[in-house]
Amino acid sequence: METLRFVLSRFGQSLFALLCIVTITFFLARIAPGGPFLDEKAVPAHLLEKMNTKYGFDEPLIVQYGLYLGNLIQGDLGPSFGNKGFSVNEIIAQGLPVSFMLGFFGLGIALIIGVPIGVFAAARRNTAIDYVLMTVAMIGICLPTFVIAPLLGEWFAIELGWFDVALWENSSAWFLGALTLGLYYSAYIARLTRGSMLDVLSQDYIRTARSKGVSPFKVLFKHAFRGGITPVVAYLGPALAGLLGGSFVVETVFGLPGLGQHFIKAATNRDYWLINGTVTVFAVLILVMNFLVDVIQAWLDPRTKSLG
Amino acid sequence: MLRLSCHQTQQGYVSYLTPLGTALLGLAILTLLFTSSCKRESKVDIATREKILLLGNGGEPKALDPHIVSAVGDSNILRATFEGLVAYDPASDMLHEPGVAERWEPNHDFSEWTFYLRNNARWSNGDPVTAHDFVYAYHRILHPEMAAPYASMLYFLKNGSPFNRGELKDFSQVGVKALDDHTLVCTLESPTPFFPDIVKHTTWLPVHQPTIEAFGSMTDAFTDWQKPGNHVSNGAFQLTDWRINAYVKVRRNPHYWDAENVKPNGINFYPIDNTFTEEKAFRNGLLHYTYVIPSNLIPRYEAKEDPNLRSETYAGSYFYRCNVLEAPTDNPDFRRALAYAINQEAIVKYVTMGGQQPAYGFTPPSEAGYDPPRIIKFDPDKARSFLRKAGYESGADVPEFSIILNTNDAHKSIAVAIQDMWKKTLGIEKVKIQNQEWKVFQQTVLDKNFNVARAGWIGDFVDPTTFLGMWKTGDSNNNTGWSNPDYDRLLEESSFSSDTAERYRLLGEAEAILLHELPVLPIYWYTRVYLIHPDVKNWKPLLLDNHPYKHIDLVRDKEALIGKEAP
Amino acid sequence: MTSIAPRHQQEIEKGSSLGRDAWFRLRKNHLAMVSLCFFVLIVLICFLLPLLPGIPNPNITHPELQSLPAFSAATSLSGDEVYYLLGSDHLGRDLFARILYGGRISLAVGFIATAVSLTIGLCYGAVSGFIGGRLDSIMMRIVDILYALPFMIIVIILTTYITAFEDVRVIKYLNELFGNTLWLLFVCIGAVEWLTMARIVRGQVISLKNQEFVEAARSLGLSNARIIFRHLIPNTIGPVIIYTTLTVPAVMRLEAILSFLGLGVQPPDASWGSLIKEGADRMASDPGLLVYPAIVFGLTLFSLNFLGDGLRDALDPKSSKD
Repeated sequence: METLRFVLSRFGQSLFALLCIVTITFFLARIAPGGPFLDEKAVPAHLLEKMNTKYGFDEPLIVQYGLYLGNLIQGDLGPSFGNKGFSVNEIIAQGLPVSFMLGFFGLGIALIIGVPIGVFAAARRNTAIDYVLMTVAMIGICLPTFVIAPLLGEWFAIELGWFDVALWENSSAWFLGALTLGLYYSAYIARLTRGSMLDVLSQDYIRTARSKGVSPFKVLFKHAFRGGITPVVAYLGPALAGLLGGSFVVETVFGLPGLGQHFIKAATNRDYWLINGTVTVFAVLILVMNFLVDVIQAWLDPRTKSLG
Repeated sequence: MLRLSCHQTQQGYVSYLTPLGTALLGLAILTLLFTSSCKRESKVDIATREKILLLGNGGEPKALDPHIVSAVGDSNILRATFEGLVAYDPASDMLHEPGVAERWEPNHDFSEWTFYLRNNARWSNGDPVTAHDFVYAYHRILHPEMAAPYASMLYFLKNGSPFNRGELKDFSQVGVKALDDHTLVCTLESPTPFFPDIVKHTTWLPVHQPTIEAFGSMTDAFTDWQKPGNHVSNGAFQLTDWRINAYVKVRRNPHYWDAENVKPNGINFYPIDNTFTEEKAFRNGLLHYTYVIPSNLIPRYEAKEDPNLRSETYAGSYFYRCNVLEAPTDNPDFRRALAYAINQEAIVKYVTMGGQQPAYGFTPPSEAGYDPPRIIKFDPDKARSFLRKAGYESGADVPEFSIILNTNDAHKSIAVAIQDMWKKTLGIEKVKIQNQEWKVFQQTVLDKNFNVARAGWIGDFVDPTTFLGMWKTGDSNNNTGWSNPDYDRLLEESSFSSDTAERYRLLGEAEAILLHELPVLPIYWYTRVYLIHPDVKNWKPLLLDNHPYKHIDLVRDKEALIGKEAP
Repeated sequence: MTSIAPRHQQEIEKGSSLGRDAWFRLRKNHLAMVSLCFFVLIVLICFLLPLLPGIPNPNITHPELQSLPAFSAATSLSGDEVYYLLGSDHLGRDLFARILYGGRISLAVGFIATAVSLTIGLCYGAVSGFIGGRLDSIMMRIVDILYALPFMIIVIILTTYITAFEDVRVIKYLNELFGNTLWLLFVCIGAVEWLTMARIVRGQVISLKNQEFVEAARSLGLSNARIIFRHLIPNTIGPVIIYTTLTVPAVMRLEAILSFLGLGVQPPDASWGSLIKEGADRMASDPGLLVYPAIVFGLTLFSLNFLGDGLRDALDPKSSKD
């Protein structure tokens, strides 16, 4: 029962957060002055007609907002002004699978590489291995993605021929994209893991376990890991946010038609329907991730349930 | 290996991961090494085998509707999917091939042309292509409510211009008639001997009325008719896929009248706007052809004498548009100062490096025999004296203005170089460079929301009027606000003359006016520099670069040198 | 040098002795000290060296002298003798000078944006933590929501806002002061980076507010505002400093990404981010254009991160330094 209440309350909070995000971006985007698409010349006459009735262009902002929410619930995200003739739904339907692959594989790679390295460095604290690993991780954090991306492209695709260097569909370039993104976050996660594992390893109960003769392997993975992994789990939400929001660099370098590019172009073009649409989709993904994270954290550390 | 504790071995405990981990790791490495060392068929090899052309196509198309587009990349796709009365010849811009029209003939003074359409031309849904389709298409593009950006191409037709401006309401007065299903008569404003060249152009393509009207009215733009599944066209290929920022795919149109002579089975157009990614994609065996090549790589490819690099003359002019209605560019002396301060030779030699020619005038040189004045050459003293004449004591007095360009590395480099030239020669300090996304940029120019905007104009047909016509008062491609009645008059006069030498003389006078008033700052004349795979056959150099894709063949070239041999 | 705790906080005995202890611990951490010295050196070089006469103007182009390697001397077409310490870029501009001037901008972005986020985060977090209860929950929920917003969108929208409001007096004045609209980049980035700071400060304040010295201050009749600003905030200095040193590199990275998009510095100016972007594009033909700025950028971020680590180890006795 407590679990159910917890889950429901978290879910409710997520919905509320989503509403806030949608509202903020709605008003933020529309209040931004100028924008080439407010000019009637740019909007074909017949579309303008349709939009006035459906989205209330000449109505006050509040009314437009209401109409927008109504349409949103029905799944209609509006037209795109930057990609005339295409609706936001169509654009998101095209771009989402790409971003999804990049985001989740990137996160997966980040975890698969980062966590073991962090744990290993923590277990081998203050030895040469620890310093080397943490320095490598630091390099990963300090080099921008748009440097690593073309480098990976040259080495893995052109030199070694293991992957394709660009394009989508019938191409493996997306993997290099996910790898690039994953590397940065793996570096961050490695450091995070190491730090929190060290914190946990210095705790009393670990010392007890060791003195009881529990094998170091078990100490590490059975006892310390659960507590040590908590900050990493908490970081997953922001990490996904960063991956999705930052994927445009990788999309540009590898020619991947993901939402990141649309997102940035929409922002610079002030194509506010597309802005709202992509932000909503991202927000949903991130909130779902946060929700899962909260649930996992509650399972890992039952105390958090009462804090909810 | 993955030992987690080395000081516990007295317990005989060894991490379980060690043997398993090593084995897996080893297996993975071996697999990867093996697969990379095998000569795998690259994507481009597979495409050659399947006869699919993989083409880099610049930016994402604005639309796939012949009456809305004006960019080169978009027209490429339309040229593949539609066919006009007359078709492009694969080897020369001056020749034509029969398209939907089997033959055509002019009247005695070239002011009226009759086109005889073939009986077996079909739309991709099987419907026959008739002369009425062409009438409908011309009606649509000239209709004022369509707001077609390129409608002015059809002003060759009698009354085309007044109809497009809304002065004439009755389309039947416009000079195009379908005498029957297979005969089309075009009555022109003035004698035009090269009219067959004109009708090759994208703006003169037919459209399928039932399809368009199934998704909206005749003049509704950007409706769903242009999307795959709905798109009906009459060319060698039909639209099968359109994924934004990813690709536009076209495949063989089985109803095309000449289908058995169409060599490729399909074309994939890739809108890669990052030129470095495009070049890498070519080297990685993902493309048959790149749209451009980054300028910094040109010297290296040339040094290696890479056989895949082509550098061809291209009938195009790269220039900066000046808004003559906004200060400070409203002052002609100021514009002259700007023009003469641009060191065009330095730009083509050190910045673009693609064999381009410095533009001493506006119309690029061509074989047609037109010989205009060539007077805009870098002259710092002249530039400075014009600046003084414009009323500025020194460059520091010049108010701030911007150069607007579409986001592109090459344009940026040129702009930065010119910005510095204006600083060095004229002392102008406050020039900003602003870049915008291509679609937004096009709108900015149409709205005349700029002082100086980068521009490039590729000829639509082989005649100087394709470069000079756009500067007439109010032409939809003018976008500078410049208007000169003498210029208009000279162009008008030249259109009524059927003596080529006389025409060229009049046009030369007009161009002299253009180069005196300078609503444009000429920079260079284009070359097409690109990479092309040896498997692509029959891709001949063309001044206008309008390749009829049906003639392009893909044959495996055993000597192909692609891949890691990168400069 | 970094000041750990303000001197006047004598009544809080934890303050000064913690500071001194921390400083000693930091001194012993060689890596952190080297980082600190390096960082200070970089800052001094970027801001002061260009004042010397020998450094060329970074925006002067000599397209005919492009892509020369390091340590090249050359003569331009107009007869000027030029010496390129680190080589020339694709338009013949001096790379060394561009790295220096670019450093000014990147570092300025780092400092100012961090200062902005620091200010907002400190106030927000302290108030939220101190007041507690309902207000705290609401304020923190807001932070959570903002965390979910992709920051890029906010930055871009803010930048377009401010360019549109160019005529407003305050903004005009700031433009004059900084010479261009770069300052708003600082503000925009700062405005999105304050979230973590707020969380940390709040956490710190919560753990502090039940301590005796706060009770004492309250019983003395001090107002809430005074308690927050004169007593609590100074005691959060420890974690705040740590995160400041970690925020600066994050901000610089953000600026690099904006430059990649073309939204950061406008040509002909440069920042390390834009230099790296140009270098990455030309990697195949001219690796120096990428390598030199990337090394400087990387090392600076490195040093800040190690410094932050060192500070964290020095200031937090619980942390793993057995």
